[in-house]
Amino acid sequence: MALTQPVSQPGASHLDLPENVVVSRLDELASWCRKNSLWPMPFATACCGIELMATGAAKHDLARFGAEVFRFSPRQCDLMIVAGRVVMKMLPVLQRIWQQMHEPKWCISMGACASTGGVFDTYAVVQGIDRFIPVDMYVPGCPPRPEQLIQAIIDLQDKIQREGTITGREFNTRQRQQRKRALVEIPQLLTVDASRNPNLQRQLAGSARDLHDPSDLQ
Amino acid sequence: MSSPSDTLHESSPAPTEANPHREALEQAYGPLEYSVYRGQQRVVVPAEKSFDVLALLKQRGFDLLVDVSCVDYLEYRGATDRYGLIYLLASTTSNERLTVRAFVNDPEPAIASVVPLWKAANWLEREVWDMFGIHFTGHPDLRRLVMPEAFTAHPLRKDYPLQGRGERHNFPVITRDHS
Repeated sequence: MALTQPVSQPGASHLDLPENVVVSRLDELASWCRKNSLWPMPFATACCGIELMATGAAKHDLARFGAEVFRFSPRQCDLMIVAGRVVMKMLPVLQRIWQQMHEPKWCISMGACASTGGVFDTYAVVQGIDRFIPVDMYVPGCPPRPEQLIQAIIDLQDKIQREGTITGREFNTRQRQQRKRALVEIPQLLTVDASRNPNLQRQLAGSARDLHDPSDLQ
Repeated sequence: MSSPSDTLHESSPAPTEANPHREALEQAYGPLEYSVYRGQQRVVVPAEKSFDVLALLKQRGFDLLVDVSCVDYLEYRGATDRYGLIYLLASTTSNERLTVRAFVNDPEPAIASVVPLWKAANWLEREVWDMFGIHFTGHPDLRRLVMPEAFTAHPLRKDYPLQGRGERHNFPVITRDHS
């Protein structure tokens, strides 16, 4: 059990817990289990599938992230990795397989072709699978290196932990809509109360340039 | 329809050399446009006679149909017909090869199917139907081979836009709500 921080709630402090007992929320626990045992559904249609295989193989070893159990039945999977271009004839198959997967489930669009159609801007190639099925993570690259796919799985694990769900029906809640980690703005660095810092007051009286000198800030 | 490079590389066997296939064909169907390029023989036949010509060639030993293909000559320099069909024949006994060409035109381009002669023509002609819309009369199962069955266009025609006419976006959208 790797839940390191028991949730301390007001009023709960008087509880006399025995050793090695932690208290958490059920959906935190469920998300923690899910994110560390993702079973991918390999929907590999092109060269990205080769990188997908390399990711699962010994050198890159997807088992380190608990996602090595590729299953070829959508009934057993909870992560669909679409690796490669999807053509008009394949899209109904893709949608059917997605619908056959049980909730909760996630989708990674791997590579330029699955995400945008890539160089195949022709009459038969779907220009991005996210037009027709929901996608949680996009992996850029043509094809992406295994490290990039692993990064996507790590980010997806963050997302799963953040958006905890018991039944999978909570996916459309407000939490689901929160911005992805990479898109969150960097918080303002300079929130300084100058009234308690005479040194800083002097600086402010001088030039505004010195305000941005980090050596003055504790 | 010969480009300048054809004459540059015109080579053996010499056109004057005795050619039994050509003689047999011209005896049966009159003078035909027959050419030899780097030892490869080509003959252009009228579309309405193509089945008989190919049947005769099969009798003469061309027992292997290598390919059936098509070219769209829309807006092609010097072209007089729109679709050029290509039959690549080979003989497994004499090791000869022969290219037979026939031209068809809009509207409703059609030519006789050669499935009764070579079963290999079945899927080859289905592909040409799929991509160019050439109707092969007498074909036992003329369905699309590559594109989805609901597809209506013939995408290798030159007047079909490369990015299609929106067919690739004509699918239901599955969201998180109903999946």
